[in-house]
Amino acid sequence: MSAPASIAPRAVARSERVGEGLDAVMRVVETPMAALQRLIGVARMPYVFILPNMVLFTIFVFVPVGLAIAYAFTGGTDLLIWDRPYVGLENFKALLDCGNYLEPATCRYNLFWTAVHNTWWYTLLNTLGTLFFALMTALVLNRLTWGRGFFRAVFFYPVLLSPVVVGLVWQWFLAREGLLNGFLTEWLDTRIIFLLEVGWSRAWVVYVSIWFHMGFYMLIILAGLQAIPRDIYEAAQIDGTSQWRQFWRLTLPLLMPNLLVVTVLLLIRSVQVFDEAWVLTNGGGPGTANTFIVQFIYQTAFSPELRLYGLASAASVLMGIGLLVLTLSQLWLAKKAEV
Amino acid sequence: MIAFLTRTRQKGRMDLTDWLAWGWAILGTLVVAIPVGWAVISSLKTEAEINSFPPALVPRAAQTITIEGQSKPLSVWIRKAPDGSEQTVALVRRIGLAATVLDPAKPQETFRVPVSELSQLKEFHLQWSNYTEPLKQFNFLRYLWNTVFVTVVATALTLFLNSLTAFALSKYRFAGRNAVFALILSTMMIPLSVIMVPAFMVIVGLNLADNLWGVILSTVSTPTGVFLLRQYMLTIPDDLIEAARVDAASEFRIYWRIVLPLCAPALAVLAIFSVIWRWNDFLWPLIVLSSPDNYTLQIGLNSLQGQFNVQWHYILAMTVVTLLPVTVVFLFLQKYITEGVASSGVK
Repeated sequence: MSAPASIAPRAVARSERVGEGLDAVMRVVETPMAALQRLIGVARMPYVFILPNMVLFTIFVFVPVGLAIAYAFTGGTDLLIWDRPYVGLENFKALLDCGNYLEPATCRYNLFWTAVHNTWWYTLLNTLGTLFFALMTALVLNRLTWGRGFFRAVFFYPVLLSPVVVGLVWQWFLAREGLLNGFLTEWLDTRIIFLLEVGWSRAWVVYVSIWFHMGFYMLIILAGLQAIPRDIYEAAQIDGTSQWRQFWRLTLPLLMPNLLVVTVLLLIRSVQVFDEAWVLTNGGGPGTANTFIVQFIYQTAFSPELRLYGLASAASVLMGIGLLVLTLSQLWLAKKAEV
Repeated sequence: MIAFLTRTRQKGRMDLTDWLAWGWAILGTLVVAIPVGWAVISSLKTEAEINSFPPALVPRAAQTITIEGQSKPLSVWIRKAPDGSEQTVALVRRIGLAATVLDPAKPQETFRVPVSELSQLKEFHLQWSNYTEPLKQFNFLRYLWNTVFVTVVATALTLFLNSLTAFALSKYRFAGRNAVFALILSTMMIPLSVIMVPAFMVIVGLNLADNLWGVILSTVSTPTGVFLLRQYMLTIPDDLIEAARVDAASEFRIYWRIVLPLCAPALAVLAIFSVIWRWNDFLWPLIVLSSPDNYTLQIGLNSLQGQFNVQWHYILAMTVVTLLPVTVVFLFLQKYITEGVASSGVK
């Protein structure tokens, strides 16, 4: 970002115009703030400034984090924590009670393990797929000498859409009367109800996720590509290195720190898949083919006939531990990339 | 123009890689544009057209004609007689495989023909009522208003409270400053999906369940916002603040009159993201809001697909209304958004 000194006069002028209405409001805040300052002194004012934000963080993040662990050790269907009986490790035992972890049907909560399996496959395919398409697109855009800004905007556009919009747009595209089936009928004389078939619906959930989020990762990789100095390639060209070799020997190694961070970010976000898959598949269907961990937590806690807050929290804690491992490895990788 | 299009880095001919790159970019553009474009086109179709298969690529509607002596406008069909001659007819009624039709030129004489001889005439038609009807039939305006309310209030509060925190963290030395900053950054690592049950209990405990303020207050404090603004404020010279102190300005006045105006570019980036986050937010409003009167657009839209006998012509129109503001914002601010993402990794 540019130095503030150069934009100062313009920014001040603009904010004065916009700010006239706000100023009236602010004068109401300013007077008590000034009085408070006289009372407690300048040195204590920063505490006053951080107070509202910290109160909100405490109420809505720190307290829930503490409670999440507490909930996981309680049973019953009451929401308020002090009404809930302590059950020890019961919830974790129930979730982990499994004949064979690879066979969800042998588990006491087979829906949880189905969700774990689905999430695992989704995470694997989505991470690899997004990584591939984001890298390819970034390489392509980096190569274009004309229209780069336009294509960058086009590929990024889906990222800004809402999960509900993405789910509905694709549900309509893949519908029985949808465009894709129109073409299939025209060319192959067949019609597939994509979202009602287990294999197809899973493939489309991964595809739609890639379509939705690819642009974000592409931008990060593109920024990494553009940070690679040009003269390295010029030197390679003088040496007569082929483009293929340049990619494997120069681009990829130099991009590796960037790609590692993107991969971990992708893993973290993939494990939490919910919104667009839920809308696209009308709640995780067909059957439980697209039910993921977050959906399991959401349904276990909030569907009226279950309300098993303890069990849901235990699942949250298990997922949180997995995410924490991933996040810490991201921080570690980011630190390594900086050095 | 062609020369400009085909210009490459080597200033020579397009080699295979260039062709592949252009192919990828153009194919990708189609992949992005077609599903969205299809939803937009479909949102302008009549209900009958939406349900007809195979789908037409342009929105059409049956052509109708008003005939004297008939109470309703009649649909127009082409009749292909067994002898091969073609004739334009208007359909009066249809029973089983036989249809009663008339020749618009001689409206008094009706005659019966087999349905198999008829094919319907359709004309280009945009069904704008898909956009106006939901306003009357469903709570759509209510959803829209709720979303605008949440978006505006949450963004205003986010900008105010996060910049206040960032001001304290960047312009003062006080005990615990680094700990507070680390604590705020650590919340980045705690996704909603992990804490949704206790977060909901907190909302119930504060009596904010099924209340728009429950959606707003819990999302106001963002680690991203504090981080972004703090980094920017660090570049503002402290001399400005010292000078204001000499002039006996209160600390809050310094924040409001000096630091905040200088932060306008960073505030703008945060405002853009904040608006998009709130407009698109789904899981948290889904948990907090339960009565349709409090639904936001996203929740309302999601509920519609289960609620009715899937009225796609309305759902698609509302989907387009929902994606339109984000699209317009992106069209105008595309450069700031993509650069903001690329430089800070915010999403």
